[in-house]
Amino acid sequence: MPEMNNVYVYCEIEDGVVAEVSQELLTKGRSLAARLNCRLEAVAVGHALEGVGPQVFPYGVDVLHVFDDARLAPYTSLPHAAILTKLFEREKPQIALMGATSLGRDLGPRVSSALGSGLTADCTSLEIDEQNLLLQIRPAFGGNIIATIINPDCRPQMATVREGVMKKEVQNAFATGEIKSYQVNSYVNEADFAVSVIERRMEKSKTNIKASGVIVAGGYGVGSKENFQLLHELAAATGGQVGASRAAVDAGFAEHERQIGQTGLTVRPKLYIACGISGQIQHLAGMQESAIVISVNNDPNAPINAIADYVITGTVEEVIPKMIRFYRKNTQ
Amino acid sequence: MSLKIIVLAKQVPDTRNVGKDAMKADGTVNRSVLPAIFNPEDLNALEQALRLKDTHPGATVTLLTMGPQRAAEIIREGLYRGADKGYLLTDRAFAGADTLATSYALAMAIRKIKTYDLILCGRQAIDGDTAQVGPQVAEKLGLAQITYAEAIRKVENGKITVVRRLERGIETVEATLPVVVTVNGTAPACRPRNARYVQKYKHAKTIAEQQNAHADYLHLFNARAYLNLEEWSAAEVNADVRLCGLSGSPTKVKKIENVVFQTKESKTMEPTDEHINELMKELITNHTIA
Repeated sequence: MPEMNNVYVYCEIEDGVVAEVSQELLTKGRSLAARLNCRLEAVAVGHALEGVGPQVFPYGVDVLHVFDDARLAPYTSLPHAAILTKLFEREKPQIALMGATSLGRDLGPRVSSALGSGLTADCTSLEIDEQNLLLQIRPAFGGNIIATIINPDCRPQMATVREGVMKKEVQNAFATGEIKSYQVNSYVNEADFAVSVIERRMEKSKTNIKASGVIVAGGYGVGSKENFQLLHELAAATGGQVGASRAAVDAGFAEHERQIGQTGLTVRPKLYIACGISGQIQHLAGMQESAIVISVNNDPNAPINAIADYVITGTVEEVIPKMIRFYRKNTQ
Repeated sequence: MSLKIIVLAKQVPDTRNVGKDAMKADGTVNRSVLPAIFNPEDLNALEQALRLKDTHPGATVTLLTMGPQRAAEIIREGLYRGADKGYLLTDRAFAGADTLATSYALAMAIRKIKTYDLILCGRQAIDGDTAQVGPQVAEKLGLAQITYAEAIRKVENGKITVVRRLERGIETVEATLPVVVTVNGTAPACRPRNARYVQKYKHAKTIAEQQNAHADYLHLFNARAYLNLEEWSAAEVNADVRLCGLSGSPTKVKKIENVVFQTKESKTMEPTDEHINELMKELITNHTIA
């Protein structure tokens, strides 16, 4: 049965930098640990990890476990899974969190299978119930329902969370904590290096949609890549960024990294201008916390209008140039 | 050595086309009105297997699916496109399985199939979107895993080279066979049915389905062995029923809710100069923009 052990967060690290999503999870982990009256511990696996401590302690990490070895970067599944499995077998965390990223969704299931413990993918909310169980809340069935999942008997209770779903918040920028460094060879063996990375081309993100105060998002109703250019102009004029629905991305109107919604980014801008977006629940899930929503749609009954503050019934070609014009006129 | 490939496939409700009647009043899903389809990314995986069969003489493609009786459709669909054989893993004991119990059952069936060089499956199924079963099957079998494959570059001398599509990049990796590879939706789409295979396999049936087959066809199942689709129970794959289905699932569904969004009192505007000018002024004055 559950024992009162600690909350663990696996930190994703690229070139010595702790990923956004891991910082968000450390923030969430801190609040879960406070609620459970236990410690927050972080795990860093990779190479050249000297700089990780100062990046994670500000989030209230009590202990940082470091596994530093040249063979551990770039990430491959087996050695990282072997390390986490052995560490968790010994430390018996009650909760273990990781990002629902390419990496976390590769690593998490492998570790959960080895430990025989449950893993809930892509949680949108994590709460503690009156029995101190972790409530793992996630969309299911293509986003059409919301399920609350629990792991009553197995530990750790494992969950992955997408980037942008939780909010990161530094507790104390100057905080320090305990660092435990490990002999990697006692955790991995030769067979764990069965997969070798021959070539790796990581693209630096060209956009920073998540941090933008204004997002001009387009859906399939925008109609073409050319019309999407209007959205880029409005975004440029207002200092915002362009986002897109999945339908618009699938149609080739916008790049995948701009996708907002359940399988893309979660955003909370001050202003969200939804252009030609009908408002499927999968999309709404990624933008419903926007402060102000304007819907530009030629369908007066588009579902997104129900959560919009302003509804403009009209086409993108007609409305967006006017928004640009009157924005400029009123700011000059 | 001829290449032996196993493709894991799942029959799923088509969650991408959920109409109004798909949700019951209590917020649960009315599965019966949703069409059951071949999980899209499993079709991408099947295509990768068939391409290897095209280029590697003697290679065989075996489908493995777990589900109720009607999941036999998945095997026929695979045979129509060029797979050689299929197994339906079906038992009441498998019902209610989470990803861990599912991967346990699949791994036991794969152990029964025994010889294989490559296990392919879709990255994730559209009814759960967890992407967990591939890596968990790999772990249960003690195999390495390569997730998010977009292309299999080559399979030779007991090694495989795969291009992986990651969120923020592309990676090419090499591994020694056998290995589990999960295939991304960005990989090439599956070829259509082949008319010749449709003719050949359209009467292929599991034992249970044969009970309902027309008497005129019964002699065919004796005459043509390939029309008998093999069906395995938990006992037949030596699975411990305590590790299967609901009892073998560490995760439990505590609650299901309908998705409810906070509706707002919205202000409706015409696309006139006057209205849009007013709106932009308001947004600037209250510091929403600029």
